[in-house]
Amino acid sequence: MADKKLGIIASKGTLDWAYPPFILASTAAALGYEVQVFFTFYGLALLKKNLDLKVSPLGNPAMPMKMPFGPKWFQGINWNMPNALMANVPGFESLATVLMKQTVKNNGVASIAELRDLCREADVKMIACQMTVELFGFNHSDFIDGLEFGGAATFFEFAGETDVCLFI
Amino acid sequence: MANFDKELDARGLNCPLPILRTKKFLQEMGAGQTLRIIATDPGSVKDFQAFAKQTGNDLLESAEAGGEYTFLIKKKA
Repeated sequence: MADKKLGIIASKGTLDWAYPPFILASTAAALGYEVQVFFTFYGLALLKKNLDLKVSPLGNPAMPMKMPFGPKWFQGINWNMPNALMANVPGFESLATVLMKQTVKNNGVASIAELRDLCREADVKMIACQMTVELFGFNHSDFIDGLEFGGAATFFEFAGETDVCLFI
Repeated sequence: MANFDKELDARGLNCPLPILRTKKFLQEMGAGQTLRIIATDPGSVKDFQAFAKQTGNDLLESAEAGGEYTFLIKKKA
């Protein structure tokens, strides 16, 4: 049987949205899939040499705000922050990001950098959208090595043969 | 649990790390050798069944005791 194929379009660049493409790509590779991920628009942030991903609970009402320290009853509280507060307090996004990274660590969940490395080790092919690179004024040197730069047609060459194809 | 050739301590790790580490360990092992994995992720029970089914490696044993899950996988020939 020929290897199964998974194609993913990664279009989001926040810390929370960075997880699904890398988790699915690395797991599929471990299961024997041939995997390609096409990073476009904000998804390009996931390929930067300096990963500086943030998460914001603003406009994201399903995101629980929890404290990753203290006794268990305290960690279980869901802090209901009004939008007006999140939008106006300087540094709120950084605070939310620090809290989420700590929660991730406490729960034995891998960091994005770690998952990205695992994907590269497993020969997941990563394609960066050349159009978006130019649109946002990035340089190829901003990104990790081993990428291919291409457009939609490049992705479809693979996507047309996939068994599973996801837009994230 | 039966004898094993190699052991992987995946305690404290969460999805998908136990599976990814297992894959890595199996790559370095010979056909027919057995790997024992200890994990604490409750999701790993279903995940290891699915991993074995899709990769063709044999899941010989799957057990739970005191919040720890142990699996025994035999690398396919």
